[in-house]
Amino acid sequence: MSAVLLNDETKKVLITPLVNDNPITLQVLGICSALAVTSQMSTSLIMALALTLVTAFSSAAISAIRNHIPSSIRIIVQMTIIASLVIVVDQLLKAFAYDVSKQLSVFVGLIITNCIVMGRAEGYAMKNPPLESFMDGIGNGLGYSLILIIVAFFRETLGSGKLLGIEVFKLTKDGGWYDPNGLMLLPPSAFFIIGLIIWSVRQWKPEQTEKVEFKIMSIAHGEGGHH
Amino acid sequence: MEAYISLFVKAVFIENLALSFFLGMCTFIAVSKKISTAMGLGVAVMVVQAITVPANNIVYHALLKEDALSWMGITGVDLSFLALLSCIGMIAALVQILEMILDKFFPALYHALGVFLPLITVNCAILGGSLFMIERDYNFGESVTYGVGSGLGWALAITVMAGVREKLKYSDIPAGLQGLGITFITAGLMSLGFMAFSGIQL
Repeated sequence: MSAVLLNDETKKVLITPLVNDNPITLQVLGICSALAVTSQMSTSLIMALALTLVTAFSSAAISAIRNHIPSSIRIIVQMTIIASLVIVVDQLLKAFAYDVSKQLSVFVGLIITNCIVMGRAEGYAMKNPPLESFMDGIGNGLGYSLILIIVAFFRETLGSGKLLGIEVFKLTKDGGWYDPNGLMLLPPSAFFIIGLIIWSVRQWKPEQTEKVEFKIMSIAHGEGGHH
Repeated sequence: MEAYISLFVKAVFIENLALSFFLGMCTFIAVSKKISTAMGLGVAVMVVQAITVPANNIVYHALLKEDALSWMGITGVDLSFLALLSCIGMIAALVQILEMILDKFFPALYHALGVFLPLITVNCAILGGSLFMIERDYNFGESVTYGVGSGLGWALAITVMAGVREKLKYSDIPAGLQGLGITFITAGLMSLGFMAFSGIQL
């Protein structure tokens, strides 16, 4: 990589969204469509790729015309750009990966309302030049992809004993030792895994922990249950 | 008639947009701290969903579907790839119009729901409802039922979630799990509860 491409700002916008400012675990953005596609690694990878590309290119495009958009209609303009990019991705998937596009069903279309894309357009691309915005889009897309891949890894290996369709654990029904955990293929497991990921990240980075609303005190010291 | 009741129950409980398709999760997590606000948002989602799904249904069947333009004498045109753009445009426009109508004629309701309306345009549950309607090829009657049902299901889920979270803030939760973490675990447990409906056939 050349030094021109990776100056400090670019490096910062690429690296911080991975853990320190992860769009899913800290900013609570874009969980909507993410969880439903994670029961298999292959669909998650395609989804992650699609979202990263859409975020990067929409940020770059919006940033390029940011000085010409009247602020009263900026949401509509942003949405039109994002929707057009999503249509391109959707048509490409239908043309070259029809099976995956059937499995992803409406979730490719839902990238339009994915808060990460809108959030980066509104929060970063409207104030920064195209190249940085592009890198910021890639960075946030990668942060999202990271969580998606971790969730899909646990759900697919524990739920069906496979990874990307290749057998990892030999199932009992084929004479192996692993009894697949059906819960992992159902929606609740995605919530649990994300919850546990958030817990582990916050153990590792305690500064991300949220403030407690009510402090629990022991009654022996009097004044229990006060603010 | 039975088919409609079955579709309604399916949309509310079995295929709950929030808990089995994870739609509208961002607002679901962010706005479920108090029962009253959660209920307000829930009602707003239901109203918008009940209007936008049928409206998108009309647009899709009259303009975008393969050979839909034959009433204008144009045949062999398939504009269904434009569905994404037209759905989101339709939703944004309808929400804007709804906001103006409420502001003009029902100021009390506008004050209760108004703050949530801009949030709703980018709520995946709304767009998701319209996209499911297109994918499953509902007719107009079914789309009305599905719109009301899926909106009600989402409202139900967020209200219940807010109820749980109001109690949860008094409990002793490990520091790292505080807030977002425990909310996800709770949503998972609620989703497990809703899974129990999945065997029901009407």
